[in-house]
Amino acid sequence: MRRLPALRVALWLAVMLCAAFIVARARYTADLSAFLPRAPSARQALLVDQLREGPASRLLLMGIDGGDADARTQLSVALVRKLQGDPAFMSISNGEALYGQREREILFEHRYLLSETVTPQRFTVAGLNAAIDDTIALLATPAGVLAKSLLTRDPTGEFLQVLDQLDRSARPRSVSGVWVSPDGKRALLIASLRASGSDIDAAEGALRSVRAAFAETQRTADNVAARNAQLLISGPPLFEVTSRATIRQEAVRLSIVSTALIVSLLLSVYRSVTVLLLGLLPVVCGALVGIAAVALGFGAVHGITLAFGITLIGEAVDYSIYLFVQSRRSPQEAAQTKRQDSALWRTILLGLMTSVFGFASLLPSAFPGLAQLGLYSVAGLIAAAAVTRFVLPALMPLRLRIRDLTPLGQRTAGIFMRLRKWRWALGVVALLAAALLYGQRNVLWNRDLAALSPTPQAAQVLDAELRTALGAPDAIDFVVVSGPDLESALHGSEQIARALNALTAQHVIGGFDSPARYLPSVATQAARRASLPDAAQLRERLHEATAKLGVRAERLEPFIDDVARARAAPLLALQDLRGTSLEAGVDALLMHQANRWSALLPLHPARPGMLPSAADLQRVSAAVERAAPGGQAVLLNLKSESDAMYSGYLSEALRLSEAGLAAIVVLLLVTLRSPARVARVIAPLLLAVLVVAAAILVSGRSLTILHLIGMLLIVAVGSNYALFFDRAAADHAGGASPLTVASLLVANAATVLGFGVLAFSRVPVLAALGTTVAPGTLLALLFAAALSRPAFAGSSAG
Amino acid sequence: MRSFAISAALLVATSTPALADDLGELMALLAQRSHGHVNFEEEDHLALLDHPLHSSGELLYERPDHLEKRTLAPRAASMVLQGGTVTLESRGKKRVLPLRDYPQLAPFIESMRATLAGDRIALERSFQVTFDGSLEHWTLTLAPLDPKLKALVQKIRIAGTRAELRSLSVSQADGDTSEMTIGSSLPP
Repeated sequence: MRRLPALRVALWLAVMLCAAFIVARARYTADLSAFLPRAPSARQALLVDQLREGPASRLLLMGIDGGDADARTQLSVALVRKLQGDPAFMSISNGEALYGQREREILFEHRYLLSETVTPQRFTVAGLNAAIDDTIALLATPAGVLAKSLLTRDPTGEFLQVLDQLDRSARPRSVSGVWVSPDGKRALLIASLRASGSDIDAAEGALRSVRAAFAETQRTADNVAARNAQLLISGPPLFEVTSRATIRQEAVRLSIVSTALIVSLLLSVYRSVTVLLLGLLPVVCGALVGIAAVALGFGAVHGITLAFGITLIGEAVDYSIYLFVQSRRSPQEAAQTKRQDSALWRTILLGLMTSVFGFASLLPSAFPGLAQLGLYSVAGLIAAAAVTRFVLPALMPLRLRIRDLTPLGQRTAGIFMRLRKWRWALGVVALLAAALLYGQRNVLWNRDLAALSPTPQAAQVLDAELRTALGAPDAIDFVVVSGPDLESALHGSEQIARALNALTAQHVIGGFDSPARYLPSVATQAARRASLPDAAQLRERLHEATAKLGVRAERLEPFIDDVARARAAPLLALQDLRGTSLEAGVDALLMHQANRWSALLPLHPARPGMLPSAADLQRVSAAVERAAPGGQAVLLNLKSESDAMYSGYLSEALRLSEAGLAAIVVLLLVTLRSPARVARVIAPLLLAVLVVAAAILVSGRSLTILHLIGMLLIVAVGSNYALFFDRAAADHAGGASPLTVASLLVANAATVLGFGVLAFSRVPVLAALGTTVAPGTLLALLFAAALSRPAFAGSSAG
Repeated sequence: MRSFAISAALLVATSTPALADDLGELMALLAQRSHGHVNFEEEDHLALLDHPLHSSGELLYERPDHLEKRTLAPRAASMVLQGGTVTLESRGKKRVLPLRDYPQLAPFIESMRATLAGDRIALERSFQVTFDGSLEHWTLTLAPLDPKLKALVQKIRIAGTRAELRSLSVSQADGDTSEMTIGSSLPP
């Protein structure tokens, strides 16, 4: 008899060692691929790239409040100066010079390659005449100050054209040359990080630099009012950093609190540290096996799987509670209770299978995040149950000193019996909840990804304020043009630009940026260079063109020299921009992965601070499709695309959960062989889910995917309760001892404590899980008791 | 530079220490204006061109820091100064110039603001100021103090009667000149 357990323990140790080895060697990822379908469309892959690395993910929006206007200006200027040289930043601006001396020189030198107005017609007699006439007219206007100094070298105004091309975005209001909010009470700055948005460590470092630079600036400012100023920061990098910090803090804080609570509860029941540790053994083993299974099945474990894996404790700890509490016996009683033991295991096995069916429904999900969670739960629960069944009895002390919970069980059974009298009320509650949910069926599920955002409301409000003031809309619309090489991406951008220019003229969009403005395609540059006539020809045409303009043609010799130089000069290449803010500008709009280049053309809204209407976007999309048939270019809206993807994620999870529920019903029908018994087991679970969902709606929130996972947990955990009542009712030999009731109560208390703590989390996803599972499992217990058959009540009363 | 100088100088008052009283009075008069709306005609002589350029339009001023020069002929264009930003519009194109991008303009704008606010100290920070005549028929001559600006603008001469400006001329260092004749107030 003793050999078998020894063998089991040895086998268990071997399995655990293997699992621990796999877990130690596993690859862990924290990127967004958990949310990306396994076989993403090109569009979805682009979206995720954008979310992770796109320009929007690198943007830091900043405001300086307090002090007085002078102090804010001074701080803003000093802050930019300090951070300009910091390699962590690709760019930082507060309205100060967009282009420095070096950039202006590059733009001026390459103006004939960069200017969109350079065509062969521009350099005919008529073209030159019109262009120079325009420039002279400009001299008589206030803009003449810019035109005059350039007239002899650039009489056709190409340099101003290049500056215009690069400066089409709406800018915030300026005071003393520094951007301010519309009411003038906040200085505004915008910075772009060099590291991609998914590099949270880099973002953290950059934020530290910003804060340190601001503190330093404040200390050294000669204006006393600067001491009262404060720096406000927003933007995706900040959100990433603070969410990570909050989740870490919360994870530590909440797990300490919930561990302390559960340990105290179990200690007060078990009265033995050894038993307590034994009780936690299935949880640890389950987690190990679960992670190992995911590592083997998926190659890499997502952080999100680990985070939600904690939910496993909810059910795994119950198994040992059932074992210990219901096994409280003296050795002499052991023989008599053997039959009870096997009944206990049958019930636990059925409960386990119910949970496994529930979670296995997530396995076919197209989203690795859900599929991993499913596999983790299935493998973890089976391991935990197996350890409880085959290993714990061998390790258990022969004589448990567990507190006698019989009186508690009897009292509880009494309460449960009284609950039965109120079962009619359950029908009413169920109807009310169902009616409420049906009434709100269209708004039941929140399909907005922001619902999962761990960013607090106040931070979101500040973000919206800064974005509106800076004209950096949240849901940026991009046209993404892809190609196998840089040249094709740039050339594609130029084709799209023609379509977008037409839409800008019609005020459908307010404008757009394009990397081809900084770096035109080789084809375009070559065409522009080929438009330039040779010196003799140009001189002759100029003579004719300026005859009636009153310009002395001989004064334009520098222009002829510049054109001659431009004809012979090499084309502008990416490396010519190196180290300038122009490089940063073009870098932000180009993405290069493996053998694919993508150019991003962010669209500006027609009205600053307002999002474009759906109809306008449709026109843009149609125009893009016409300009680049075959999907080389697509219109992408970060928010609607990611919402659509999340919505798909949610719909799929809902469908799969329904399938899982159907599988559970079939399983119970096969094992219990009685539709009435199946109904008694399923009804309390569904009721609990209904009531919790209705309560969440009544409290003014809508359901997210986390609530759905919570509901799966209610079914997984609650099915054990219902099955125990079912066994008690079926087992006429009085098997439903008060100890069974007591074990359910302790198991439920542990679950409610564990998840109840989560409900107080500041992280919405954790809070959603807590507020669903804690009340849901309690209700499942109460409903299961109320709906149980009288056989149970009769025997427990005896 | 010329056009800006004109606009800037429009609102510039001046003084020499010896004539502090006259300057004080003139500044007080100018600072009392809460708004102005006048016609102007301008003649620019550029070495580059065989003939002078003629233009005309309106000037608008709202206390404390809003100035507009609207050129109506021969071609519509406008310059709006608001805060630290100059917005130029011509040929349907809008150009926003943060003054920090164009340091050569900053002193003119600063002096414009300073005059509107009656801030003599700010004025004298940018220009050497000479006052001639009387309050009834005064002439201010402004010479930039900054050597870089001096290389562009030799002097700006503004003539006026009490709080009314009558003419403004700019002599640039390269010999180009500009004469602006300012009409009397237009009805609001």
